[in-house]
Amino acid sequence: MSLKQFINEAISPWMKQEGPDSDIVMSSRIRLARNFADHPFPIIAREETLSKVLAYFEENFQQTSFRDYKDFELVRMRDLQPVEKRVLVEKHLISPHLAEHSENSATLISQNEQVSIMVNEEDHVRIQLYFPGFQLDKALEQASQLDDWLEEKVDYAFDEKRGYLTACPTNVGTGMRASVMMHLPALSMTQQINRMIPAINQLGLVVRGIYGEGSEALGSIFQISNQITLGKSEEDIVEDLHSVVKQLIDQERKARETLMHRSSVRLEDRIFRSYGVLTNSRIIESKEAAKCLSDLRLGIDLGLIDHIPRTILNELVILTQPGFLQQYAETTLSPDERDVRRASLIRERLQLEHKE
Amino acid sequence: MECQECHQRPATVHLTQVVNGKKTEIHVCEQCAKDNGYMNYGEENFSLNDLLSGLFHSEGPSPFKGQSPQTHPKKESLKCPSCGLTYNEFARIGKFGCAVCYETFDDRLNPILRRVHSGNTRHDGKIPKREGGNLHLKKEIEEYKNNLRQLIEQEEFEEAAKCRDKIRSLENELHQDEGGEE
Ligand SMILES: [Zn+2]
Ligand SMILES: [Zn+2]
Repeated sequence: MSLKQFINEAISPWMKQEGPDSDIVMSSRIRLARNFADHPFPIIAREETLSKVLAYFEENFQQTSFRDYKDFELVRMRDLQPVEKRVLVEKHLISPHLAEHSENSATLISQNEQVSIMVNEEDHVRIQLYFPGFQLDKALEQASQLDDWLEEKVDYAFDEKRGYLTACPTNVGTGMRASVMMHLPALSMTQQINRMIPAINQLGLVVRGIYGEGSEALGSIFQISNQITLGKSEEDIVEDLHSVVKQLIDQERKARETLMHRSSVRLEDRIFRSYGVLTNSRIIESKEAAKCLSDLRLGIDLGLIDHIPRTILNELVILTQPGFLQQYAETTLSPDERDVRRASLIRERLQLEHKE
Repeated sequence: MECQECHQRPATVHLTQVVNGKKTEIHVCEQCAKDNGYMNYGEENFSLNDLLSGLFHSEGPSPFKGQSPQTHPKKESLKCPSCGLTYNEFARIGKFGCAVCYETFDDRLNPILRRVHSGNTRHDGKIPKREGGNLHLKKEIEEYKNNLRQLIEQEEFEEAAKCRDKIRSLENELHQDEGGEE
């Protein structure tokens, strides 16, 4: 398979699009946790019970459609090879937990891969909905409609006092986790993010750096989500998250301007060095790749590099993970071999932009 | 530095997780980071043990660091009639076994929920369409009542009267609903 073809199939259609504030917010996600009222939760349920839940989903939702989310396909975990499961995890379509508990678990994926409804994860049902860029309100609205659609056929465990009942007390109430993935290179470089994280935590939100430690998160990619699920409405939770993300976007833009203004040569040097590494290296660890890809993306956002599309960061962050590398290589790879493959995949991908 | 998960490969991924102002450093190899979902949209990785340490009172050896075994003979018998999970097991795994567990352990949940959810213990969000029954109606009445209070404070009596009529008609509807159920 050619790389172009592989990428086309590997990257979810929604990921190829840009959304509002796409220069900083990579994606928005709403996750709703739900359970059947009359079955024990998956962690303690017998396999027979779980297989009943799974069969119920298969009967009622296989090949159904709901609005923009067409032809839901039920993918049973036990039918997949380990590398296939890994690829689904890397695409964020399933959780590592679902991949590990494969006997009677599955996911219902819409054709556009924007929706993934995990069955028999920690809870019986976990609805996940993604949007490109900063679109939390829209994601909430549509996730809630999907939830209503499922509720037509599923008797949810719900209690007037505690709300939607979940296996873990950290999810009870709304059962909702709203998250955004943000690329914050300027706030990371200037260490400003360090000072901001504690303030954000005070608001009941959680900040996680993906790759690397706190402030100097190597890919400068951060996930911000709500921690509290009980005692606030879904709309209020999303609004709080929204306003913090909005402020982070503003701060990041300001920091980028300041960097360009005060140390543009240094910044340019850093960006083009990283570009050099990506286009020339023969061995690259995921850490270094994450850092260089972040720099490259910043260079694109600042207009210093103009022949490469912005979505390349989302794309390559996903494609350079072990599962995808092995799927593309069509064989199992040791970590050393992966570093070689990663380097060549990135080089090849960047060359595609030259040819066009 | 060696990977804190497998203790075999060197730790190449270094993460800081901050939950409610509490920082946890994670040092793992790439493999274990993947396997544990550290690089994903992984909100599932909140450490409940961190959040709740000391809040569960379980008998017998506790999995939570720094918590000594305690004995509460009276509580020993608490067991969910539906799924069979005991309170001790709930405390050990930090998870409920079924919907009925919530009622069964209700007396002891408030401190735990308060800690996890910034002081909140009651749901204030979406109500399911079918399952929710007349809760929708109750919520609507609650909203009108709040509205009424504000209108009276602002001395908008004409509007307030309309609002009061609305509440009465909704309450009638609710009584009929409840009568019908019995
Ligand atoms: Zn390891
Ligand atoms: Zn139970």
